[in-house]
Amino acid sequence: MAPTRRDFLKIAGFSAISLALPPLPSLAAAKAGMPSASDLFARSPGPLQPLKAKRWAMAVDAGKCPPGCRDCIAACHRVHNVPAFGNPKDDVHWIGAERVEDVFPAETHPRLPESIRALSIPVLCNHCENPPCVRVCPTQATFKRADGIVMMDYHRCIGCRFCMAACPYGSRSMNYRDPRPFIPKLNPDFPTRTKGVVEKCNFCEERLARGVLPACVVACREKALTFGDLEDPGSDVRRVLERGFSIRRRPELGTGPQIYYRL
Amino acid sequence: MKLYNGGKIIAGIVVFLIAATFPFWYGRGKAVRPPDLKLDTPVIQQLKEKLCVEPAPYMRANHMKLLTVWRDAAVREGNRSYTAINGRVYTISLTSTCLECHSNKKQFCDRCHNYAGAKPACWNCHIIPEEVR
Repeated sequence: MAPTRRDFLKIAGFSAISLALPPLPSLAAAKAGMPSASDLFARSPGPLQPLKAKRWAMAVDAGKCPPGCRDCIAACHRVHNVPAFGNPKDDVHWIGAERVEDVFPAETHPRLPESIRALSIPVLCNHCENPPCVRVCPTQATFKRADGIVMMDYHRCIGCRFCMAACPYGSRSMNYRDPRPFIPKLNPDFPTRTKGVVEKCNFCEERLARGVLPACVVACREKALTFGDLEDPGSDVRRVLERGFSIRRRPELGTGPQIYYRL
Repeated sequence: MKLYNGGKIIAGIVVFLIAATFPFWYGRGKAVRPPDLKLDTPVIQQLKEKLCVEPAPYMRANHMKLLTVWRDAAVREGNRSYTAINGRVYTISLTSTCLECHSNKKQFCDRCHNYAGAKPACWNCHIIPEEVR
């Protein structure tokens, strides 16, 4: 039914009123205390001396991970203002810990020893050689740098979540809610994200620019995480990879993941 | 065509026109004073030469363009140093470089943005150091 003239004028009137009203105030940002001085927040004085590489990669010696240890996760999430929503539905993570059969479904079987099955394996963005998330991003908010880091430009993300569908590793998280009030302690040196933006591990690109290693690598007391240039035969990653057999997550998909696991 | 309730409709239109044009005729001939920006933060007072990244008139007119260039340089090109026209090199960072001197965001950024009706989205993500510390 077409609206009567009376209804039309009513709607027009209300629309005019809504234009004149001020917009609703946004939620007040949660305040947090000053960060504690620790290794994690190390800063080089003077001009920036960035760490550079042809191809950044990481080796994870998951056998060294003590059961229940979450040091790398805590450090990463603390440094990058990753919110803790406290429920799995809204979960946002940059690095997590998963069971072997979930990380390597094709490589494991029920007869593996308990020592292997009990491992909790750190999982993070694989910074793929051929990243499917970059291919599908309609705004080029996700892009691959020359040094192999798959980066996000949060300024451009429109929250379409194509990248989340494309990533076979579940490395990406969507902010379904405003994350600011859920950040336990704000780190003023790193921005937060907003509602409607996807986020993921950035291989600590902002720390490499200051000449420090990624937060998870620094935080690991067991030295299970090794970071370095894959193209440099003398680098730490290459030395760890020389030691023996290592595998990558689902290489058959052709993504070329650059996190190498030793179990 | 007959206009039903003509009196009310015409009175309504008149009221609407008066209300909609109110800012124009009320403010006619009056100039609102430009905001008084505070530049006396502790870091600025300690500077020997009171210089911004680029000369002040340029910054006043083009800081938003410079910040866009900085944003793209830092995020997309991974280049975090900026060479100013006078040869000085600055670290590209909104919260560390800009707000280190202009630590009084409320008296500096906000006053002018409110005056100009500009609503930059910077602070939706970037953290204002004075609010955290």
